[in-house]
Amino acid sequence: MDELIPRTQTLIMLIFEHSKSGRRAQAQAPMADDGLSGIPDDLKRKRKPRLPEVSEMQAVRHYTRLSQKNFSIDTQFYPLGSCTMKYNPRACNTLAMLPGLINRHPLAPDSHSQGFLSTMYELQEILKEVTGMSAVSLAPMAGAQGEFAGIAMIRAYHDALGDTGRTEILVPDAAHGTNPATAVMCGYKAREIPSKADGDVDMDALEAALGPQTAGIMLTNPSTLGVFERRIKEIAGRVHEAGGLLYYDGANLNAILGRVRPGDMGFDVIHMNLHKTFSTPHGGGGPGAGPVGVSKRLQPFLPIPMVGTDGHDYHWLSEEQCPQSIGRLSAFAGNAGILLRAYVYAKMLGAEGMQRVADYSTLNANYMLKRLMDAGFTAAYPQRRATHEFIITLKNEARELGINAMDFAKRLLDYGIHAPTTYFPLLVPECFLIEPTETEAKESLDAFIDAMIKIREEARTDAKRVRGAPYTLPVRRLDDVRAARELDLRWQAEEEEERA
Amino acid sequence: MPFVPHTEEELWQMLDVIGVDSIEQLFDEIPGELRCGELQGLGPGLWEQEISRLMQGKARQDGQPLCFIGAGAYDHHIPAAVWQLASRGEYYTAYTPYQAEASQGTLQLLYEYQSMMTELMDMDVSNASLYDGASALAEAVLMAVRANRKSRSRRILVPANLHPHYRATVQTLVKNQGIELVEIPYDRSTGQTDLQALVQHTGQDLAALVVPQPNFFGVLENVDALTEWARANAALSIAVVNPLAMAVLRPPGEWGKQGADICCGDGQPLGAPLSSGGPYFGFLCSKQTLVRQMPGRIIGRTVDLDGKEGFALTLQAREQHIRRSKATSNICTNQGLMVTAATIHMSLIGADGLIRIAGRCHSNLQLLVEKLTSLDEIEPLFSGPVFHETVLRLPLEPQRVLRTLAAHNILGGYNLAKHYPELGNALLVCATENHNQGDMDKYRLKMEQVLTSRRQGACATMAKFD
Ligand SMILES: Cc1ncc(COP(=O)(O)O)c(C=O)c1O
Repeated sequence: MDELIPRTQTLIMLIFEHSKSGRRAQAQAPMADDGLSGIPDDLKRKRKPRLPEVSEMQAVRHYTRLSQKNFSIDTQFYPLGSCTMKYNPRACNTLAMLPGLINRHPLAPDSHSQGFLSTMYELQEILKEVTGMSAVSLAPMAGAQGEFAGIAMIRAYHDALGDTGRTEILVPDAAHGTNPATAVMCGYKAREIPSKADGDVDMDALEAALGPQTAGIMLTNPSTLGVFERRIKEIAGRVHEAGGLLYYDGANLNAILGRVRPGDMGFDVIHMNLHKTFSTPHGGGGPGAGPVGVSKRLQPFLPIPMVGTDGHDYHWLSEEQCPQSIGRLSAFAGNAGILLRAYVYAKMLGAEGMQRVADYSTLNANYMLKRLMDAGFTAAYPQRRATHEFIITLKNEARELGINAMDFAKRLLDYGIHAPTTYFPLLVPECFLIEPTETEAKESLDAFIDAMIKIREEARTDAKRVRGAPYTLPVRRLDDVRAARELDLRWQAEEEEERA
Repeated sequence: MPFVPHTEEELWQMLDVIGVDSIEQLFDEIPGELRCGELQGLGPGLWEQEISRLMQGKARQDGQPLCFIGAGAYDHHIPAAVWQLASRGEYYTAYTPYQAEASQGTLQLLYEYQSMMTELMDMDVSNASLYDGASALAEAVLMAVRANRKSRSRRILVPANLHPHYRATVQTLVKNQGIELVEIPYDRSTGQTDLQALVQHTGQDLAALVVPQPNFFGVLENVDALTEWARANAALSIAVVNPLAMAVLRPPGEWGKQGADICCGDGQPLGAPLSSGGPYFGFLCSKQTLVRQMPGRIIGRTVDLDGKEGFALTLQAREQHIRRSKATSNICTNQGLMVTAATIHMSLIGADGLIRIAGRCHSNLQLLVEKLTSLDEIEPLFSGPVFHETVLRLPLEPQRVLRTLAAHNILGGYNLAKHYPELGNALLVCATENHNQGDMDKYRLKMEQVLTSRRQGACATMAKFD
């Protein structure tokens, strides 16, 4: 076997290994070297950084080839639960990159910013309407920063009332990891509350946890268990009675867009993930945008900057206009280019299109769930409706066939389907969190179900083969333990390696 | 129904499989009282031609002024290949590379990014990005507080000549954890951090000292003295640097005898368009010993089942999805696509290219300063050396000057009056390789006209008083 694979194929070709000393893409820098006559010698760099020395074509070829090793929405079905991997319309990208927008300096005066500012103002208004909140700030740069802003506002609210004994944020056990991590970053203790067998929050446990130390609760609705929290009004009532506020993690807003509004459920503050619900790209890890919306009582604390208007012109709202703000979250105004993309998307959908998002993402999820159940897979919450996503547990397959959720996930890759979210939420064993989104056609959903059935068949006849998957990708399963133990986090020039 | 592919027939087939009569029925677990009516004020959906016209109108409205503002966001040339490649669907529409086997493209690219960044900064390790420069500094501060084993202190020394928005952002992000930011004044003649003032903190219990290079005034700091002072006082040093400048200035890894402990900054000058302030990306590098305190994603090289090399997320036990409330940060989504662009940008331009671009920025600034200071009563405010940005003293309020210049489609710089009123009529101006002689002549000419008309205006008012 080894002889059949040329040695070169077992080694990765890094961009650095295409380098030749003295080579460069000459069109990509001024012809002349102007020197640095105004800079004292002792501040100047002596040794050049060892960046790649390649031609323009070599760089283009290298990064084109690398891209071909990725799964992406544009090339594969990507039902990654909680991430809303829907189609990213190309128009959003093109229009956010129009010259007047892409070249606008963040500190340009209002006289040269009315086009941009009016767009941001309109987006604030759209998001207010969609969420049912009183005011919106677009400042946070991703969901987790939106969470930070939200919990910091809750804290600022209690502080403003002189209510400093509130030290805890309640977080359901099913919550995303960013929720408890955020609570801690805001100086709170995160206290977990359990979910019941039907997926809803355990009211007795909530009751027991509430008290004068409760600053608030963070909830996702529909929850990360893929079900709608039916007693949300009651929860809101109880938390408010105890003096706490309610935070809405908007990662799952796609499920209820245009149908239910977090503001109407009784939430005081929410964040949205525009890179999920509003279809801005995920970019191999980011950037995102995590605007926050608030009810009246939290309005003074919103993060700056925001955009205001006198009915005619638009202007920034900053420290001067918002003295109680929790402050800035970035050097400028957050991920503006992403906000532009979300605006374009929202305008293309309109009111009716928004509702269709919830309708068809819910339709797709319920269809997949039903077909999987009919095929003998186990739903985590069989008595519940799926929302825009749902969970199946592969614990039976793990027990009977020796094939766990990770094995299924890796084998799905061989079928040309990106794996769903695995092993999250943590409380469902061997789980898949599956979110098809509204932009996926029935054919893709059917292909996924067929693949799951085939993999289970395969497992019955040749479990080892499934456990060894994937086979068709650039690499097979990677040694994570070695990655963490023998840290290799960067390329090193040969002479340096020899020295080491 | 944009972007929804279902035909009418499929809709009925699917409802039939589910066993319901309508989509409406799929929402039957949601209490009726929570359901909202039609959304107001959103209007009907637009087709692509209509939204294109709308956005083109908005973009035109903001014009394309000649811009001499820097102040943390710099107008550089970006090779055409950078965004053509970064916009490929395989990069643009993938997500965090949790399924490593199906994400080797992104993972290898991020590993290359970490390699390039550590080279540029001369540091041991880099993460795979944070949101932006300001929030990266906040994370660096939190990291320093966790990492400084010699000190239990939560006090951080922050120079007043650090970008005011960075200071504000750090304050927002760390204050709830009881971390105290102590301001260090700057020297009014050089514009550099005031070493005399720093010495007053000698012997105090401190977590870290922040060292900008260049600082907000564009002035270069005496980085060796600052780093060494920090080390002598058991404080970690946190460098905040412009990555382009590091192609020509001594990088944080070479500061003082042992280098800075942590370095961070905004990667915008490496391939991110101005785009109204974002998306950019925050970078964060450190010494090897601090790697377990780093926030954010880190990629490592390893091997697969067949012994073939590959890449994967590593040291995930630092992160929120594993560690939850004990994670080093709450960050999840980062700025991956911007890092993709930066990696391609650095590969295309290379070290020699970056050095030439940095050199052109520097010489263009010198030229701009020469032209503007040839006018009466305009002069450099600080004596410290500068890279591609500097502070000029004007004979009248910058606000008035800038307004008149803007009317002529020139953005003349950033007015320091709000954050540094003590400096009087001070204007921060920047030049990059994107400016040419003609641009600078135009700026000088308009500036001259503003000053002349002011003088004549002043004479006219004086005449009235006579
Ligand atoms: C339920 C939930 N909450 C919060 C987040 C955090 O959002 P982001 O990754 O944009 O920071 C995510 C997404 O990853 C999520 O799925």
